Amino acid sequence: MSREDVYLHVRGESTFVDDLAAPAGQLFAAVLGSPVAHGTITRLDASGALQHSGVVRVLTAADIPGENQIGPILPDEPLLADGTVHHVGQPVAVVLAETLAAARRARRDIALEIDPLPPVLDARAAAARGQLLLPARTFALGDVDAAWSRCAQVVTGRADSGAQEHFYLETQGALAVPAENGTVVIHSSTQSPTGVQRQAARVLGVPMHAVEVDVRRLGGGFGGKEDQATPWAVICALGAALTGCAVRLVLDRRDDLVMTGKRHPYSSDFKLGLAEDGEFLAYEVVYYQNAGSAADLSPAILERSLFHATGSYAIANVRATALSCRTNLAPFTAFRGFGGPQAMFVLEAAIDAAARGMGVAARDLQRRNLLREGSVFPYGQTADECHAERCWNEADRAYDFAAIASAAAEHNRSHAGTKKGTAVMPVCFGISFTNPSLNQAGALVHVYADGSVGVATGAVEMGQGVNQKIRRIVAAALGVATARVRLDTTNTSRVANTSPTAASAGADLNGMATRLACLQIRGRLQQFAADRLGGAEPAQIGFADERVLLAGQSTPLDWPELIRSAQLARIDLSAHAHYATPRIAFDKTAEKGRPFAYHVYGTAITEVTLDCLRGTATIDAVRLVHDAGKSIDLATDRGQVEGALAQGLGWMLLEDVTWDEAGRLRQDTAGKYKVPDLGFVPPVLEVAFLEDADNPHAVLGSKGIGEPPLMYGIGAYFALRDALAAARGDLAADYTAPLTCERTLQLLAGRATGHATPNLEESPS
Amino acid sequence: MERRFLLNDRLVELGPDERGLALAWLRQRQGLCGTKEGCGEGECGACTVLLGELSPRGVVYRAVASCLLPVGELPGRHLVTIEGLNPPTGLNPIQQQFVDEGAPQCGFCFPGMVVSLTGFFLDSADLSVNDGLAALDGNICRCTGYAAIVRAVTALAATYRPLLDPTRARVDQLAEWGILPAAFATAAARLSTLGAPPIERFDTTAPAVLFAGGTDLIVQQPDLPAAADLAYLSRRPELRVIERELDELVIGGAVTIEEFGHAPEFRALVPDAPAIVGRFGSTLIRNRATVAGNLVNASPIGDVTILLLALGAKVVLSRDGRRRTVPLSEFFLGYKQLAREPGELVAAVRVPASVAGDLVSFEKVSQRRFLDIAGVNSAARIRCRDGLLERVTLAVGGVAPVPLSASSTAAYLTGRTLDAATALAAADVLESEIAPISDVRGSAGYKRELARRVLFAHLLRVAPDRLRVEELV
Ligand SMILES: Cc1cc2nc3c(=O)[nH]c(=O)nc-3n(C[C@H](O)[C@H](O)[C@H](O)COP(=O)(O)OP(=O)(O)OC[C@H]3O[C@@H](n4cnc5c(N)ncnc54)[C@H](O)[C@@H]3O)c2cc1C
Ligand code: FES
Ligand code: FES
Repeated sequence: MSREDVYLHVRGESTFVDDLAAPAGQLFAAVLGSPVAHGTITRLDASGALQHSGVVRVLTAADIPGENQIGPILPDEPLLADGTVHHVGQPVAVVLAETLAAARRARRDIALEIDPLPPVLDARAAAARGQLLLPARTFALGDVDAAWSRCAQVVTGRADSGAQEHFYLETQGALAVPAENGTVVIHSSTQSPTGVQRQAARVLGVPMHAVEVDVRRLGGGFGGKEDQATPWAVICALGAALTGCAVRLVLDRRDDLVMTGKRHPYSSDFKLGLAEDGEFLAYEVVYYQNAGSAADLSPAILERSLFHATGSYAIANVRATALSCRTNLAPFTAFRGFGGPQAMFVLEAAIDAAARGMGVAARDLQRRNLLREGSVFPYGQTADECHAERCWNEADRAYDFAAIASAAAEHNRSHAGTKKGTAVMPVCFGISFTNPSLNQAGALVHVYADGSVGVATGAVEMGQGVNQKIRRIVAAALGVATARVRLDTTNTSRVANTSPTAASAGADLNGMATRLACLQIRGRLQQFAADRLGGAEPAQIGFADERVLLAGQSTPLDWPELIRSAQLARIDLSAHAHYATPRIAFDKTAEKGRPFAYHVYGTAITEVTLDCLRGTATIDAVRLVHDAGKSIDLATDRGQVEGALAQGLGWMLLEDVTWDEAGRLRQDTAGKYKVPDLGFVPPVLEVAFLEDADNPHAVLGSKGIGEPPLMYGIGAYFALRDALAAARGDLAADYTAPLTCERTLQLLAGRATGHATPNLEESPS
Repeated sequence: MERRFLLNDRLVELGPDERGLALAWLRQRQGLCGTKEGCGEGECGACTVLLGELSPRGVVYRAVASCLLPVGELPGRHLVTIEGLNPPTGLNPIQQQFVDEGAPQCGFCFPGMVVSLTGFFLDSADLSVNDGLAALDGNICRCTGYAAIVRAVTALAATYRPLLDPTRARVDQLAEWGILPAAFATAAARLSTLGAPPIERFDTTAPAVLFAGGTDLIVQQPDLPAAADLAYLSRRPELRVIERELDELVIGGAVTIEEFGHAPEFRALVPDAPAIVGRFGSTLIRNRATVAGNLVNASPIGDVTILLLALGAKVVLSRDGRRRTVPLSEFFLGYKQLAREPGELVAAVRVPASVAGDLVSFEKVSQRRFLDIAGVNSAARIRCRDGLLERVTLAVGGVAPVPLSASSTAAYLTGRTLDAATALAAADVLESEIAPISDVRGSAGYKRELARRVLFAHLLRVAPDRLRVEELV
């Protein structure tokens, strides 16, 4: 049984926010963003906009009845700028009009004058000025300072990874419909319905019960709608509250690109010390996270960078320090991997530098230092059911790393115009929200009198297939066909106080809550069926294939008949359940604990070809073994691996985000920001799942899948460096990502000058 | 004045106040929300529709981006959306294959994918996998990484390619396979009952915006169709012909890039034309964008412009019934400044037939190989015999305010024997001819280096046995 919604998708019948029919009298909103990265507002006059026909109202900070604040972690993010602006695109005013065209046209006639202040765009510059969101945090293990003297090889360097735009195909949007007595229903394309509800209530100055948030599905989220769907939904709610009309706001792509935050750029300093035999003895790293102008989720993302500082490796002496730096760019936010990819990139850069320094294959260093059962992470947790080596070995057995590398070397000996490069990338990723309180979920299950099952959870379907996994969980628990089970919209009135659908934990948490709710109903039905079948033991009653079983044997009682009679007999056929991940805790003062329920592992090998003339590269093949536990839905999990990998490859080799010196985004249209297309992804992609890998810590032995495979993409960066090194032996130790065509050609053609990027004259302006 | 057209299986008429773009019209006026907006500028394919046009061969359908399509283009035509392709119940074979592969994730891109693949079934000569994948070159999916999509296309091609009967009307076969609904069979007859849509006047007394494919105009001015009078050039049959006239190939002023690249008459001169043109935009864009539009847009990096410049093409301009011909090398005066009077129509582009037999080499280096604008592009027309460069013309884009005819470099090379020293010296000449600036496509230094390298690429293509990469870079 395949996913219910895919039928709708291919027929164009699945409903996204902007497909909802317009309520009578609906208004359209257009948001005026700041044209300046930093400054003081000296004039904001909407009278020009109000002259346009069709314009109903212009909203500014002064119109907010409650608190002008939507920051989820720190109260540093006003809904509409008040007095000062802190990034280009920061919402300043909102035009509400009868047509979209009128709203967008009128927006140009709002008089906005700003006294500019110098913007700070760079994380290190912000840190030097003391612009930190919160005090720096350090995770430490062993004694780094004492270890250096024991190292045969110490490499130091710097690694920079760039921002990444989510480019969910469905842009941010919401529709708010006012209801009686000051309440409002918000249809939002959000990963965090409760987040929207909380911030809307805060801004409107009403209790949370007055705000209902409803989410059918998202046209992609990837973290970009975890926190940053909120402003648009709250703007709609504000407009609806103030005008009494429904308000629709769907950002066009340009506004979405400019106004919303992206993956955090990181600039990092690393120092890796190795023993003669290649053992990693000590690792020290400092991360400068560019947080943008408001905290958003940055502190949590920073924390995950620290958790993943050591990647898939066991290192006895570690000191990892992270600084979240406030700059004048749109607040950076969650993006698949949530700070993990940035940290892993730095360590792989250090390994690359060490391997070149020692004249050994990076692969040998990686393999030697892989996590083993019982290895201790710098945050104090031990690696249990550790599959790092298993994944590596299975991948090596299936694909033969040495053979792939020697085929590349053979090619390189006989070709001057092209060079091949390879790299292995092991991944270890912790599953759970690193904030323990988020690791809870609720579910509400109704069995209707006709035997059909309706399920509501806190999980948002955004293409990751969580609804299908939950259907399977229900079907398994109640012994019915998945076709009987339908997932309702994610709605704050059905399931309250939910965590965002994120951290690869959506199916784990909500699936488990659903299962618990099903088990309650199941227990009642066992009792009822036992009575009906002449006083059998309830424990002997089972449900499978739409039938009631007694002691494992089929009975004449089928599911529809069971439910019909149970309902007549006044059995409660509904249940709500709650699940909280057990055994996780973290002590932030000691920076030690057990933050993750479990880890996901995997290993990929990537091959690229460099065109030495044009400085372009193609990704030839990615082959990997991934640990998905015991998959609940293999097709869905495969899709998650393939999709995440493409995003990781894009982050490393293609997707470039830059700003001019005034803090204006250069890639401000879809024409300038390029995500992977069909021609970019590798023609050869082999995905194998680790076998016999049941996970005791999650529902039905499965594992979270959304994020970890993105980090296989890091392999492409180092494979391309490997190819570059084949083209020129004196390759600069420059670790800047993405490795765009321009950077590739710089490395190929530029004069090698040690650490600095050989610059081919002027930089873009 | 005809304002009627076919929308899926029914005849509709545009109201006098209905202007704007097809995407918004479909979604807001017609409630046909299966067509999605992902970018509004032709870059994502979420809004893909089929546009059918009556021709002597029946109705010719092309997949196009509805976000760049003014409703004013529709009268007399057949507009097909995903709703018009859905069978009444269940799924058609394309849809079924996507479902079988478990391909859709968030689903937002899939209506567009289905429509583009329908375009492939309608247009591909032999239903090859490559054609099927190429048909999706304008459809972006952010979720799947494309692997499941590739599997689906591969399976579809494997199933249907052997069944193809070239002697039968394609529409009939597709209807038989369930890929098209029956309504398509009657589309030609229904369209032929419609009157001709108006041909807007434009001359000195009636200035109107000359509207070709709109792939530049709408991106630059999305409000244009709502705000201004447009003269749709696609309605002028005389501008849509490609024909050989003595020693020149004449390409009409409304010929699309796709038609141009695949025209047998042009392939006779430049056998590589389909591959060269395949680097331009995407199928959705090439199906609308025109050759003349590329010239008049005057981007210093226009791909067809650079190609035509190297071929030594001429532009035929007309206004108020007067015609004049300007060599393309004299057409570009300064940044976005043309030797063209306001209101002057590019009636045709003329390509010398003497190109035949010369090597035509095209290079485009862009961050993403497909559907991206180049950092530097270049075309060369070279006649080389035994290493002797008998004739060279060279054009380079992205290195000057105008699409550059690199005449000094070409002159330097002409008459010389090709070897590494000549190539390196020519690259130095080229460097002295160009003045790139830094922009979002790359720094000036990068473009300078690229310009040298694309020149080397041309020369390596001409005489692979006389040069080696490692001698040049
Ligand atoms: C997604 C996307 C991808 C693209 N990719 C590429 C690419 O890879 N390479 C590239 O070079 N370009 C690319 N373009 C730009 C654009 O498609 C081309 O420049 C195209 O050739 C323009 O043609 P058009 O018919 O759409 O012109 P229009 O937008 O209709 O017109 C452009 C200009 O030309 C004028 N005009 C058009 N026809 C005539 C005529 N016969 N006589 C006089 N004036 C005329 C119009 O009035 C207008 O000023 C891309 C555009 C998009 C949206
Ligand atoms: S909406 Fe993206 S191509 Fe039309
Ligand atoms: S399935 Fe989400 S964009 Fe393609």
